[in-house]
Amino acid sequence: MQPDATTVNPVSAERLRTLLRDDDGRDAAPTAELRRLRREENDRPIVYVGAGTCGLGAGAGKVLAAVRAHLAAGGVDAEVVETGCIGLCSEEPLLEVQLPGRARAVFGRVKPADVPGLLDAMLAGTVPTAHYLGQHGPQALRRWEGLAALADHPFFAGQTRWVLRNCGLIDPGSLEEALACGGYRGLVKALRTLTPAEVCAEVERSGLRGRGGGGFPTGRKWTFALNTPAEQRYMICNADEGDPGAFMDRAVIEGDPHRVLEGLALAAYAVGATKAYIYIRAEYPLAIRRLREAIAQAEACGLLGDDILESGFDLKVTIKKGAGAFVCGEETALIHSIEGRRGMPRPRPPFPAVSGLFGKPSVINNVETLANVPQIVERGADWFSSLGTAGSKGTKVFALSGKVARTGLVEVAMGTSVREIVFGAGGGIPGGKAYKAVQIGGPSGGCIPGQHLDILVDYESLKTVGAMMGSGGLVVMDEDTCMVDVARFFMDFIQRESCGKCIPCREGTKHLRDMLDAIVRGRRHETGADALARFKGVTYLPRLAEVIRETSLCGLGMTAPNPVLSTMRWFPEEYEAHIYERRCPAKVCRDLLTFDIDTELCKGCTLCARACPAGAIVGGKKQPHLIVHEKCIACGACLEACKFDAVEVS
Amino acid sequence: MNPCVADILENFPGARRDSLIPILQAVQERDGFLSRESVLAIGRHLDLPASKVYGVATFYNQFRFTPIGRFHVQVCRGTACHVKGSANVLDAVERELGVRAGGTTRDGLFSLEVVACIGACGLAPVIAVGGDFHAGVAPRDVPAIFAAYRERAKGGGSDAA
Repeated sequence: MQPDATTVNPVSAERLRTLLRDDDGRDAAPTAELRRLRREENDRPIVYVGAGTCGLGAGAGKVLAAVRAHLAAGGVDAEVVETGCIGLCSEEPLLEVQLPGRARAVFGRVKPADVPGLLDAMLAGTVPTAHYLGQHGPQALRRWEGLAALADHPFFAGQTRWVLRNCGLIDPGSLEEALACGGYRGLVKALRTLTPAEVCAEVERSGLRGRGGGGFPTGRKWTFALNTPAEQRYMICNADEGDPGAFMDRAVIEGDPHRVLEGLALAAYAVGATKAYIYIRAEYPLAIRRLREAIAQAEACGLLGDDILESGFDLKVTIKKGAGAFVCGEETALIHSIEGRRGMPRPRPPFPAVSGLFGKPSVINNVETLANVPQIVERGADWFSSLGTAGSKGTKVFALSGKVARTGLVEVAMGTSVREIVFGAGGGIPGGKAYKAVQIGGPSGGCIPGQHLDILVDYESLKTVGAMMGSGGLVVMDEDTCMVDVARFFMDFIQRESCGKCIPCREGTKHLRDMLDAIVRGRRHETGADALARFKGVTYLPRLAEVIRETSLCGLGMTAPNPVLSTMRWFPEEYEAHIYERRCPAKVCRDLLTFDIDTELCKGCTLCARACPAGAIVGGKKQPHLIVHEKCIACGACLEACKFDAVEVS
Repeated sequence: MNPCVADILENFPGARRDSLIPILQAVQERDGFLSRESVLAIGRHLDLPASKVYGVATFYNQFRFTPIGRFHVQVCRGTACHVKGSANVLDAVERELGVRAGGTTRDGLFSLEVVACIGACGLAPVIAVGGDFHAGVAPRDVPAIFAAYRERAKGGGSDAA
């Protein structure tokens, strides 16, 4: 993969005008060309492969190669399109076939070996049932009779896809297709009919709040910046997505980069910025490539650059690759990083909207926030605010992962219950296990236990249970997850990612982690003084958490104790088992586990002894084996290796 | 001055402080790490003391100061991967390669890094070897995964992912 290679399909200025004019007359019948670009009409088969980072991870690259090879071998004239992720990551690699005039049939978990049979059946005009997920596509396409629709698939049924509208459906490398599907209409409308102040007002009236975590009203932030006198302002798109467990920004950029660019351009217009930065994670090479392509395409036809659409508005967009620092999600830290300094936050005020990048007014918005903007401008604030709750409007994209049957991206209306997301779209917990909690909002967020599953997704109500929206990572946990271990995981993360500028965060999180480490330490690794320190730690823990929260400089420190406080609040019995009984009920914390072999069940197959990395298992062939506890490192390799369930954990 | 760094610096004429991170990234992308010489050269180019350059480079997780192996191994330790057992996967990888996270195998074939989140949480636990993603990895899959790369290296075939 060459992340720097960009290919531009030039869209001439004249053609751009045609495509945009076609949008004006919505009532008029779309031209044949537009129908072709919207894929409402096709004279040859189209094969789509979901080739986002997640799809490629699941093997879409090999499927793509198999598709191309099979089509070439058969001499079939078909178009092959690499799309972004449609959201259903657990069914990837996804393959779709659209025969001329027929709906798109979607197949999941396709292996390269399945491709020839699948394509042959489709090309012969029958839809194979194996791997079939559903059919979808524009209304103009004729449906396959007797086959389920993709919209009725339980994963998609409860969703309202506004931000993800085009993700996985269109070719993210084609500006023409984006234009045909409604791209840049909002920008055209704003440049031709609205003043920057009117755009700010419209977005403020819509009730859109920052989707990156803070939830600050977007329009109000823009108005601050617009009203600050300055000769230069900056617009920054935060695509760093540092939250472990969140991947919607990556998916939106990979699937629909032009929507993000349009939102960025609208925001820049609204705040009066002529320079924009996209700060994106270096670990997202595909997203960076898609953005580069999209910027080049948009610049080539005058949708970005100087005098956009002859309106006199200029915008230069620069991509800045992040260098891997969670704290750069904080606005002032991100600004320092763009300036080429350590990503350390500074006290506010002054807020970035007053004095930000290079000392100039700057607005930072998250990818998902910006992706919401084009439709707000195009369809109006009332349309947007018709969906949602009193304080939270529109939709929210969640990255659903962890111990859940269907993982992926779920976009739901604000006010949908967490239960609907986890058990509806997600399909519940696999393997007959019991639900324990869902962790929402990443390291700044908290857990939602079973008794609060019916809580509505909304900035305010999530806070009532000690969680928060955050960027929208939803990690589901089942009975095999230890909540003390989860808290320790987050503290370890925060402790490593703390920038170190302020003492409460730097030292406080380290002590919090040390306390949690002590809680999960077994007796055999402990002296008398350690035992005392362990109990002292337990008594001081809530107080320390409070101090960190109140005295830290930035959001990272202020929210750092949340995972600990939240797990302690909802799962006190697990903490008690660890502290008083030195027992891990979920059998995760290694130091507290003892492995044994049931001599009755052991057949002496020696599999466990061979799997043991510590050489802790002794016993001859066809003789019951034994674990030497002093040598055992509790890695669980024997448990995994044993075919007779003879390994016991207590 | 390291002639190799010079050509990268040529692409940043009149560079100011805000070009520091992109320059460091460009150098690391090509060399695989930041050598002492390249850091000094970058400092001279930007008129910054080496301490400031190191100050920035060490702050960010991305930058390395030792060479990487032929296949760079990234083990994801995001929340979803953690919940699905990536700690055990990391253990298995460390055991398989005989190095700890941050190290490089003695034959220079593999270097091991832990990353905060790769962003493919739906496929957890995930590891990436030389840019190839491996999804849903269990500790028992680890030996086979690395055997394939060793085979590839032995065959002298292309490393291109």
